[in-house]
Amino acid sequence: MQLRINGDVVNVPQTVTSISDLIQYFKIDNPVVIVEHNHTILEKDDHAKATITDGDTIELVQFVGGG
Amino acid sequence: MLTIGDKQFKSRLLLGTGKYPSLDIQKEAVAVSESEILTFAVRRMNIYEPSQPNFLAKLDVDRFHLLPNTAGAKTAEEAVRIAKLAKASGLCDMIKVEVIGCEKTLLPDPVETLRATEMLLEEGFIVLPYTSDDVILAKRLEELGAHAVMPGASPIGSGQGIINPLNLSLIVEQANVPIIVDAGIGSPADVVQAMELGADAILLNTAVSGAKDPVKMAHAMKMATKAGRLGYEAGRISKKRYATASSPMEGMSIG
Repeated sequence: MQLRINGDVVNVPQTVTSISDLIQYFKIDNPVVIVEHNHTILEKDDHAKATITDGDTIELVQFVGGG
Repeated sequence: MLTIGDKQFKSRLLLGTGKYPSLDIQKEAVAVSESEILTFAVRRMNIYEPSQPNFLAKLDVDRFHLLPNTAGAKTAEEAVRIAKLAKASGLCDMIKVEVIGCEKTLLPDPVETLRATEMLLEEGFIVLPYTSDDVILAKRLEELGAHAVMPGASPIGSGQGIINPLNLSLIVEQANVPIIVDAGIGSPADVVQAMELGADAILLNTAVSGAKDPVKMAHAMKMATKAGRLGYEAGRISKKRYATASSPMEGMSIG
């Protein structure tokens, strides 16, 4: 399955079916992962419910140091 | 106490979390500063290096109020998107509006800052716009309903201190919401000056993170904030052209 993640075209296995799966697939262990799925910002509780399909656009953002 | 929206704070020093030499030094500087509000930015993750150290990992985030900024935004719409992303973390409802209008000076775009403030207030955020030291713009932001107004002392990261103390004092004088001097602070003397002018709080980052000893500077900035505030509340004497003796003239045993 081909996705556009943070501006890059990325291929992920078909077993990755939800946003939660995707976060696990990339082994992201940040305390905060914020997701925008096809231009809709998701609440954390919705990560498991959000199903992904070929061609989806996903932004994965975090908090970083700043002033 | 510093009151922003419905929140109250003992500390009048807000600290940024960018550019510390290490996360351990940052953690210690944050602790020494006794700051209760920390600012930070929202950025894309590097999905290929997901385990790179994150500044939140070393901090007990429950002990702080998080104030994300909209840095990187050049339009009001971009600022609103970043603010909504930050809020989706479930960790914060305050937002520092930062809409930059010039890459070289990093000065805020007044029109987009005003628009973003209005839009974010409608969305229910607690909104703290970073603005220039323009007196009328500060008033307009307050009239929109901004919960605090954050005029810059001088350009971000420049360490030039307060380049227009007159404007800053006029902003303070007219304000009915907290005035937080944000950006451009270089030394503890700048902090004392801002607080003595009547600012309600200080937001700084590079002055601490870029110091030779960030932890010691965080301590100095904490004390400067307190000293300046106390001096403001105590009320300084007026300046006179000639000397006024501190010791009595009567009862001298000479002459």
